[in-house]
Amino acid sequence: MTDTDWPLWEVFVRSRRGLSHTHAGSLHAPDAELALRNARDLYTRRGEGVSIWVVPSSAVTASSPDEKDPFFEPAADKPYRHPTFYEIPEGVRHL
Amino acid sequence: MTTTSAQETVPTAAALALGDDALVLSHRLGEWAGHAPVLEEELALANIALDLLGQARVLLSLAGDEDELAFLREERAFRNLQLVEQPNGDFAHTIARQLYFSAYQYLLYTELAAGDGPLAPLAGKAVKEVAYHRDHAEQWTLRLGDGTATGHTRMQRAVDALWRYTGEMFQPVEGIDVDRPALEAAWLERITRTLHRATLTVPDGPRTGAWTAGAGRQGLHTEPFGRMLAEMQHLHRSHPGATW
Repeated sequence: MTDTDWPLWEVFVRSRRGLSHTHAGSLHAPDAELALRNARDLYTRRGEGVSIWVVPSSAVTASSPDEKDPFFEPAADKPYRHPTFYEIPEGVRHL
Repeated sequence: MTTTSAQETVPTAAALALGDDALVLSHRLGEWAGHAPVLEEELALANIALDLLGQARVLLSLAGDEDELAFLREERAFRNLQLVEQPNGDFAHTIARQLYFSAYQYLLYTELAAGDGPLAPLAGKAVKEVAYHRDHAEQWTLRLGDGTATGHTRMQRAVDALWRYTGEMFQPVEGIDVDRPALEAAWLERITRTLHRATLTVPDGPRTGAWTAGAGRQGLHTEPFGRMLAEMQHLHRSHPGATW
């Protein structure tokens, strides 16, 4: 199997109606149309999805591991940001 | 015999013809495993092969024991088209074979599914798989034909080389009651449109009559088919009745 210079694509799959697309993985393809088809074969052939998005990996802007502390650490010690102080009424099951 | 009425009414000749087409093409596509140009494409071809294998299992089971039919028949007892037994060649040859066959299979199964014959339920299910096979072949035909000069040359060579095997698809088969001239006209129209979009030339060689291929349905096969069968059948014949 030889290496190709095909670009990399990120694949997002919606598993059923009402849920969001979630990241499933990545693959190589020469263009968007074939990326969609490759994604269908790689990630949904056992009935995992009802919708697929493909996005060029180069279009993704990611946070840097170096910025981990300023980005995420201040969130760790603020319990009041979590809605845990409410009593859940009886009968509410899917919360 | 405890077969259902649907099974009793599927003529054996029809089940064998369509079942052998699916089985043999499935095996040919399976030969790409470990050799495809890229991993993603290898999975696509294997996926198509598995769809076809599923169709073959249903169809051959209508004609008898699927394993006996697949692994213990001699070459002359197979009823598949000569087109599907042609070696993979380069990737363009495989795509050209897929293009010709899936366009035919899509039209045939669409018509069978619309009827009320015994093959209608199977055809209705298979036609969705085949729609994807056809799309896959057409997408690649466009990219190879209308891409680089090398791709164009190779794709043209492939569609030319396999052209003489395409007339056989429209020969009558006992038990398959379709409007064959209409099927052939629709097939030719679809292929012509795809090849033109791909900037390829529609081959002008003969598709029927003398100097063309086409006796697979009568059990006459091309030389590479014997070697393919030997590989496909050797394990089962070496270990009769073996199970996992």
